Amino acid sequence: MEDLRTEVREVLRVHARIPNGIDMLDDNANLFEAGMSSHATVSVMLALEDAFDIEFPDSMLKRSVLESVMGISLAIGDLQAQAA
Amino acid sequence: MTITIDKDQAFLTTIRSIAKDIAATYAAEVDRDARFPREAVDALREARALSALIPEELDGGGVSFEAIAQACYELGRRCSATAMVFAMHQIQVATIVRHVDDAPWFESYLTAVAREQRLIASVTSEIGTGGDMGRSIAAATPAEDGLLTLEKQAPTVSYGGHCDDLFTTVRRHPEADAGDQVIVLHHAHETNLEPAGTWDTIGMRGTCSPGFVVRATFRPEQVLAAPFSTVMNESVVPVSHILWSFVWLGIATEAFERGRAFVRAAGRRKPGEPVPAAHSLSRVMSELTMLRAEVHSALADFEAWSEEPGRERLGTMGSVLRFNNLKLAASEQAPRICTAVLEVIGIMAYKNDSPFGVGRQLRDALSARLMVANERIHSVDAGLLMIAKEV
Repeated sequence: MEDLRTEVREVLRVHARIPNGIDMLDDNANLFEAGMSSHATVSVMLALEDAFDIEFPDSMLKRSVLESVMGISLAIGDLQAQAA
Repeated sequence: MTITIDKDQAFLTTIRSIAKDIAATYAAEVDRDARFPREAVDALREARALSALIPEELDGGGVSFEAIAQACYELGRRCSATAMVFAMHQIQVATIVRHVDDAPWFESYLTAVAREQRLIASVTSEIGTGGDMGRSIAAATPAEDGLLTLEKQAPTVSYGGHCDDLFTTVRRHPEADAGDQVIVLHHAHETNLEPAGTWDTIGMRGTCSPGFVVRATFRPEQVLAAPFSTVMNESVVPVSHILWSFVWLGIATEAFERGRAFVRAAGRRKPGEPVPAAHSLSRVMSELTMLRAEVHSALADFEAWSEEPGRERLGTMGSVLRFNNLKLAASEQAPRICTAVLEVIGIMAYKNDSPFGVGRQLRDALSARLMVANERIHSVDAGLLMIAKEV
């Protein structure tokens, strides 16, 4: 989980375009409130699908899942568990 | 359930008679003078239609959302401005009802809407945000005595000069990010509206929607607790797109009906002879059928998804696409139908003083693609369609 979160942060660092940077935010901080735009969200999702070789189902493509490092990491963890 | 159906039917009977007897009577004058449709709105107040969607326990009419949508259609057939004012008011009411969450101030506010038939305008767009309702520059700002203030440069506020209350989006506090928004419900008497522009438009003239600098002072409990990002996805966007689309369906249907009246008159003049215009109108009818199907299916999806626990599906990107697609389809289809009817009827539809004129319908329907610009919606959808799986 620790590694997963680190990897999620790497994707966010490149694609989320958060004004003050991802390093300032803890795992539960709200990324949208920190300035992640809906356009950036699309890039983030595409990059996460690519990086983890997964596809987010529509039921996971919602704000409550995408709004924090923790939310994203839990979702990816679930998808990886389902695939295993 | 039967009780709701009876209530809905009684409500719609009243709405149809207001539409036919009052809204239709003043529609041309409202359009020509770009004035507020006060006779029709007064009649809606008299019929307690402004609180129809509020639950009965809060003194409202307790009619279904479907009946409200149908009312937008009925009014849209007779007077687009009346219909749009009614639709916008109901968007605000529906949003508060769906997110009131037992907040005492808002519950008591809803009973006041019912008691006094208060009309609610909205101030969601803002100069400088590029048309993105999900971002604000204005902020709820602490002032003396525990009060809050806001100042917002609004490019349009429909019936702002005729409302009792305003429903305004602002950032949660002065340091909040542009996307960290809340809704404030403030009364007209707590608000200063400084006119910033005129409203001399090609259509929807009676909505009286000039720009304003909106300044208000209000109490903290007038801020809706739910974050606007949630409220926007679960309610404001789908409800707006559905109710607007029912208005546009009403406008397009009225244009079609004028085409039908024209071909029937032609048929009566030469019984037994084919009416070429009827053949062209048949094509328009299939376009109208598609519009009606899309508008009704979006309503059905919204009602089904609203019933799901936690309204989970309304929060997904797939849902954003679904109701954006409704808006795009309906806003492009409605003026297309009006234009097609114009061609079916010919010069008699082009003349403003003809019983077969569709000029007003066409001009009003053209506003549809600009109410949240379609190009902006396409650019949002362009991103979402790359990651949403079921579209």
